[in-house]
Amino acid sequence: MENKALLMQGNEACVRGALYAGMKFYSGYPITPSTEIAELSAEYLPTVGGTFIQMEDEIAGIAAAIGASIAGKKSMTATSGPGFTLKQENLGYAVMAEIPLVIVDVQRGGPSTGLPTQSAQGDVMQAKWGTHGDSAIIALSPNSVTETFYLTVRAFNLAEKYRTPVILLTDEVIGHAREKIFLPEAGEIETFDRLGPLEDRPYIPYGVEEGDIVPRFAPFGTGHRYNITGLFHNEQGFPSNSQENAQIMLQRIHDKLNGEDIIDFESLYCDDAEYVFLSYGSTSRSAIAAVNQLRKEGYKVGLFRPITIWPSPEKQIKELASRVGEICVAEMNLGQYFLEVQRLACGDTKVSHMGRANGDILVPEEFVARAKEYFNER
Amino acid sequence: MKRLEFSFSGTGGQGVILLGVIMAETAINEGLNALQSQCYGPEARGGASRCEVIISDEEIYFPKVQNPNYVLCLSQAAANKYAVNLKEEAVLILDDRIELNAEPGTSNIYYLPILDTARNEIGKEITANIVSLGILQEITKLFSKEAMITSVLHRVPKGTEAINTAAIEAGVQLVKQWHEKKS
Amino acid sequence: MSDRSQLVDKYFRVDNLPHIWCPGCSHGIVTRALTKAIDELDLDPDKIVIVSGIGCSSRAAGYLNFNTLHTTHGRAIAYATGIKLANPELHVIVITGDGDASAIGGNHLIHACRRNIDLTVMIFNNNIYGMTGGQYSPTTPHTALGTTAPYGNIDRPFDLVRLVEGAGATYIARGTAYHTLQLTGYMKKAIAHKGLSVVEAISSCPTYYGRKNRIGDAVGMMQWMKDTFVEKRAYDRLDEEKRIGKVPFGEFVNIQAPEYTAVLAEITKRVEGRL
Repeated sequence: MENKALLMQGNEACVRGALYAGMKFYSGYPITPSTEIAELSAEYLPTVGGTFIQMEDEIAGIAAAIGASIAGKKSMTATSGPGFTLKQENLGYAVMAEIPLVIVDVQRGGPSTGLPTQSAQGDVMQAKWGTHGDSAIIALSPNSVTETFYLTVRAFNLAEKYRTPVILLTDEVIGHAREKIFLPEAGEIETFDRLGPLEDRPYIPYGVEEGDIVPRFAPFGTGHRYNITGLFHNEQGFPSNSQENAQIMLQRIHDKLNGEDIIDFESLYCDDAEYVFLSYGSTSRSAIAAVNQLRKEGYKVGLFRPITIWPSPEKQIKELASRVGEICVAEMNLGQYFLEVQRLACGDTKVSHMGRANGDILVPEEFVARAKEYFNER
Repeated sequence: MKRLEFSFSGTGGQGVILLGVIMAETAINEGLNALQSQCYGPEARGGASRCEVIISDEEIYFPKVQNPNYVLCLSQAAANKYAVNLKEEAVLILDDRIELNAEPGTSNIYYLPILDTARNEIGKEITANIVSLGILQEITKLFSKEAMITSVLHRVPKGTEAINTAAIEAGVQLVKQWHEKKS
Repeated sequence: MSDRSQLVDKYFRVDNLPHIWCPGCSHGIVTRALTKAIDELDLDPDKIVIVSGIGCSSRAAGYLNFNTLHTTHGRAIAYATGIKLANPELHVIVITGDGDASAIGGNHLIHACRRNIDLTVMIFNNNIYGMTGGQYSPTTPHTALGTTAPYGNIDRPFDLVRLVEGAGATYIARGTAYHTLQLTGYMKKAIAHKGLSVVEAISSCPTYYGRKNRIGDAVGMMQWMKDTFVEKRAYDRLDEEKRIGKVPFGEFVNIQAPEYTAVLAEITKRVEGRL
């Protein structure tokens, strides 16, 4: 059967992607502008033998999803800024206990209740640093409905492969826009399931087998009785106060996210660019429109778009900084990813910022003007 | 076909979002690219509601409507807000009960009895959005009437096919009558 | 072999002992009663999940040889809900304390009761936050002393039995660490019950509660339990005057109502394959 073009909302593409990846459990709490993700999960999950539950609050929403993952189901929860904040403690639990999980944050204007029906990219640093302690995290940022689908599948794959929570950091513009999408057939793109215990040896719940990246996962109820805790724990999963153990354990949790396959980005005309916009999510669409126009006019501009925003594409951004005249970070906040790019550029090139936090996205004309200003002054 | 921008507005509950969804869906069915979005407050009924559609045969990058080519307003409040600062070549379509309080920026204006037609001719005021689709089809000639009807019937509840088809027809006729009256 | 060591060998992770609880703490007695109940029910240990929150009582999970999950403060019931929904054949037992269950986790407690999801919630109630050093909890009596109530507790305490009854739990019992035989019986019935069951197990914290409130050491607190808690039927027969200072224990609610995972399974059966 030929794939039909569908008109689909970003939030629906997220649910479709989750189901494609094998999501069998969703728990959450209603919050604009993410609610369609809950509504559609409620509608679709029981039809594939999965489970949806609306919990009593945001905290319970992530807690139940972690519980379901521990029982072996691919789980997801979705929220927006204020709810994302409420989920942070248990997000840290999933990092510490190494539980696969997908958390969607459809960003809206903030702080606080802010602009519930309007867009923002103000949770970028919260995604990275929101939970307490030295946690490591993966966050992906789609810039279209189609990419929302594919990145949701990818979020599940990375969560399963690296036994970690993965954040899908989308925003109101992408979440609520309807666009053309061709859904892939079953089996057309790879899906990954967490590895189970090896049969020929005793199961060590938090021990890493040779050749593996992370401990193997035995769902509760499958005959391996072990302990999971948010305390620092030894290989058997039991609490440990050993400082030596704590250091090794946390380092491993950080190091596992160095995987080359985690980093993803789009580079547009960056090869010979003098002036580069660095933008992600919905804002990057204005940047693409502007860069295309500027190129037609002969300006050597480019766009670098992190798709995996955490961990950041360090190597690529450093390389870019070593050879371009200026990197302008454009985002719907007052300067967040800007700090990361500044850190990576480390004085090698000028890093400027173009931001907005009034609920509206930056428009292509602003990008064009900014780039022309650079070339005129040069 | 270059990028075309549409702005549809009215009172919450008039179905302007569905209007935009069907418009975008028709474009996609016809092999074009489309993007539909909306801005709204917390209320589902009442309050001003605006829906945007962008249609193009190229990739659509910037996802917002800045300078609409076509503006359709179904309520006075919507017109006060959205029928202003339009570009000269924009086409403005207004329900004929609307009175413009400010210079819209364009002189291409259609005053059509959209709500009256839905209520009295079709018999259901909620079909005003479908009547509007007929109007847009006849004015823009972007798609065939058949393509529009197909996507309307895909989106409306079963058992309402006849009145919705009639609503499209009625919209087409409103435009034809307007042109006859003008010439 | 004594009955006690049999239970320990069978259900405890002996390598993890001794436990962290203070000498004289009743949590060990309550935990033992739980293993006794599980033993008498002859359940498959592979199908038992113990979920706990944070606090002294929640450390019990780590000592028990089942699938054990030590979660975040207050959230054990929410985690347990996810586990039960993901695999309804599991017996999911929550071990929590008075602060964990009724302060920071109070919302999850009442909503789990409302849903009547098949979980068993064992609240080890020692009337104090023990792990953090004796601050007053939602079950600390009015005027009692705590490290954050140096002039007497101003709050009025929750009656946990009445709280969960109002929220819709379908099996509710209160037992004590002194009346272990009855406590084990309630735990057995709670685990076997299809629906949300709550057992409030009155425990004791001689270190922070007993000493501060001049109730005494471990023995003194046992005496206090013996004197204060009266079996419900006997309590019901007491005159109003004689009830003063007494608290009933026993079975308070035991009713059948549609259970969440069962209703969900029916819906899933009806709609599966529809889209």
